[in-house]
Amino acid sequence: MNIALVGNPNSGKTTLFNELTGSNQSVGNWPGVTVEKKVGLAKFNSKVYNIIDLPGIYSLSTMSVDEVITREYLQKDEVDVIINIVDASNLERNLFLTMQLLEVQKPMIIALNMMDVLENRGVKLDIEMLSSYLQVPIIPIVASKSKGIKECLQSAVLQAGKKPVLLDYYSEKTKNIIDKIQSSLKDTHCTFSSAVRFIDEGPEVTIGCDVDLVKIAELNEWVEKQFINSSLDRDMIIADEKYSYISSVLQGVITKTKEETESLSDKIDKVLTHRIFAIPIFLMIMYLVFYMAFGPIGGFIKEYFEFGIEFIIFRIADVLVWMNVSDIVFSLVVDGILGGVGAVLSFLPEISMLFLMLSVLENSGYMSRAAFIMDRMFRRFGLSGRSFIPMLMGFGCSVPALMATRTLENEKERRLTMFIIPFMSCGAKFPVYAIFAAAFFSNNQANVVFSIYVIGIVIAILSGVILKRFISKGKTTNFIMELPEYRLPTIKNLFIHTWDRIRGFVVNAGTVILLAMIVIWVLQSFNFQLQLVSDSADSIFGVIGRSIAFIFEPLGFGEWRAAMSLIVGFVAKEAVVGTLGVLNGVGEGVLESPEMLAQPLREVFTPLSAYSFMVFTLLYLPCVAAFATMKREMNSWKWTFLAVGYQTGVAWLIAFLIYQIGTFVVG
Amino acid sequence: MKTLVDAKIQEEYKVIGLGKKSLIRKRIIDMGVTIGTKIKVIKQAPLGDPIEVVLRGYHLTLRKSEAKEIYVEEQTK
Repeated sequence: MNIALVGNPNSGKTTLFNELTGSNQSVGNWPGVTVEKKVGLAKFNSKVYNIIDLPGIYSLSTMSVDEVITREYLQKDEVDVIINIVDASNLERNLFLTMQLLEVQKPMIIALNMMDVLENRGVKLDIEMLSSYLQVPIIPIVASKSKGIKECLQSAVLQAGKKPVLLDYYSEKTKNIIDKIQSSLKDTHCTFSSAVRFIDEGPEVTIGCDVDLVKIAELNEWVEKQFINSSLDRDMIIADEKYSYISSVLQGVITKTKEETESLSDKIDKVLTHRIFAIPIFLMIMYLVFYMAFGPIGGFIKEYFEFGIEFIIFRIADVLVWMNVSDIVFSLVVDGILGGVGAVLSFLPEISMLFLMLSVLENSGYMSRAAFIMDRMFRRFGLSGRSFIPMLMGFGCSVPALMATRTLENEKERRLTMFIIPFMSCGAKFPVYAIFAAAFFSNNQANVVFSIYVIGIVIAILSGVILKRFISKGKTTNFIMELPEYRLPTIKNLFIHTWDRIRGFVVNAGTVILLAMIVIWVLQSFNFQLQLVSDSADSIFGVIGRSIAFIFEPLGFGEWRAAMSLIVGFVAKEAVVGTLGVLNGVGEGVLESPEMLAQPLREVFTPLSAYSFMVFTLLYLPCVAAFATMKREMNSWKWTFLAVGYQTGVAWLIAFLIYQIGTFVVG
Repeated sequence: MKTLVDAKIQEEYKVIGLGKKSLIRKRIIDMGVTIGTKIKVIKQAPLGDPIEVVLRGYHLTLRKSEAKEIYVEEQTK
C-alpha cells in the first residue's frame, strides 16, 4: 500500500516521515525528469507500507515545480491514501491545502501536528467537530515527541478505499460554473479538481487531457463572461470561497481561553530582524557557521579522527606486509586506494560540522529571516531573498542546493541561481584549499582559505549582475515567503538531517573516489604499451597530461599532474587532492602530515601559481553529480552547457588575471 | 485608494481588492490574501524593503512592489 505524505512547508512533514519510517528508511532519490520524492517503509501489525514523502507545498496550483510534482503524483492510481499533515498552530492557511486535497478525491486522513503549541497558546480546538465538518478522520499528533504516530498510520490504513465526501461550500454560481465545465469535459480524463482549477487557472489545466482546443477556448470564454460584472475575479473566487468556509468552520471549533500575548518567537524575531542589529547579527551568524566548521572546533575533532584513519591504514599495511604481497599490489592498495580515499575522508569532520550548522539554520527558522534581510540586496543581482537559501546550502554541497531552487517560482531567477550556486565553494573543495594553504601560506592559512570563499561570493555577485541581462532580460523578480515561528531544532532531527547529507560524502569516498583512485593509479603506472613505468611522467596519464598542460600554462600551473588532477576533479572535487597524492606517490603520507604532499607540490607550484590553482578549483566546472543535477533541474542541455561553460571560462579568466597580474606586480 | 504600502505599522486593515499588476497575484491569493482578510504590517526589513505582515494567524513577507497591489481600508473599531 502506498501512503502519500502531503502538507505545507514547516508543518513537520519531514519529522513525521522520519517517525513513520524509523530505522526502516530506504531513502533514495528517484531519478527522473521531474519526479523527486523520498520513499520509506513503515511497519505496522507485521505489514509493510510505503510512505512517500512529497515536497512541502502551500497549494496544488502550478506555480512551482514542487507543486506540479505533487499534483501529478497524487493523480496516479498507485496512491492509496493521503496523509495530510496540518500544523494546528497555523490552521487557517494549512486547511486551504486540505480543501484542495479533498477535491482530488483520494482516501485521506489529517494528521494534526503541533497540538502542544496550540494548547500553550491557550487555544482549545474541538477535533471531533472539525472532523465532522471536513468529513475526514483527524488524528492529533506531536511529531517531534513521537506522539500519535501509530494511531495516525492505523487510521490511514483503515481509510484506504474510502473516497472522501465532496463538501458543499461553493456558492450556487460557482457550483453552476463547475458543473458546466465538468459536463463539457465529461469525456476526458479531467477530474472535479481540474474543473475547479479551470476557473482560476484557465485552459492550461486541461493540458494532457484529450480535449478539443476549440471547445476549450469557447468554454474559457464562457467562464470569462460569467465574471464580467462580478466583484470577485475568476482567479479569486475559488480561494475566496474556500477560505470563507475555513473561517466559518474554525469559528465553530476554536475557543480562546486567554488573551494572545507576545510569543517567545516574536521576541526573538524583534532582535534578529532589528532595523540596526539585524545585519551585524546576520554577519556574525555566518561567521560562526564557518568558524565552527573550519575553525578550531572542526580541527579539534579532525585530529582524533585522523588518528583513527591512520590507525586503520597502518593495520592494513601491516596485513599486506604479512601476506607478503608484491610491491605493485602494495603500491596499488596503499598509495592508490588508501591514500586517495583516506585523504578525502580525513576532511569528514569539517564537512560534517558545516552540514550540521546549515541544518541548525534550516530547522530553526532563521534561514527565512536571512532571506527577509537579504532580499533588498539580492534584487540588484536579478535574484530574490529566496535564492539566498539554496546559495547558502551551496557551501555544503551543490547537489541539494540545486534541488532547493525548486521553491523559486520564477523560472528565470531559478536558472540564474543555478548558474551561480557552484561558485559557492562546496565542502568537497575545501581539502584542496587546506592542503595548498598549508604548503604555501603556512603563516596565513586561515586568511588565505577565507579569501577563496570571498572570491567565490564576489564572482557569484558579479555574475548575477552581468547574467541577469541575458537570462532574465531586466525583468524583476518577486519575493513572497512565509516567516515560520522559530523552533528549537530537536537533536534527532538535526542528526537525521546531517547524516542524510554526509552519508553521500562517505558513500562517494567508498565508491566513486575509490574507483577513480584505482583507475588513476593504473593509468599513472602503465604506459600505452601496458608496461610498468618507473617515472609516471611516461605513463598514459602523464602523456595525456603533458599534451593538455599548455592550457594551464598562462595560469601558472602548466604541469601535467596539476592538469590531470583538475580533469579528475570532474569525477568529484575531493579527488583533486587524492589525485595529487597518488601522482606524487605519497600515499598514506598525506594523512600523516600535509607536509608530505607539500614537498612535491612546492617543486611544481609557486605561492602565486598555487593561489591561482585554488581559485581555478573554486570556480571551474562542477563535479559530475552536480552537472547531472543541473541538467535534470534545468531540463535543458543548452542551458547546462552554457552554465558549466561559463563557469569554466570564468575560472580560467580569473586564474589568468591573478597569475599574470601577480607576476607583474611581484616582478 | 489606500494600499498595503501606505498602511501604518502594527495597525489592522482589511483587504478590499487586488491589483492586476502583481507578478504573483495567484500566489498571494492562495496564501490567504482574499477580499475581507484582516492584515497587519509588522515591520520593514532593515534595508526598508520587503515588509512583514500578519494575516490569518501567520507571518508573511513580501516586497513593497507587491504590497502596492493589495488595496486595503482601515478597520473601524
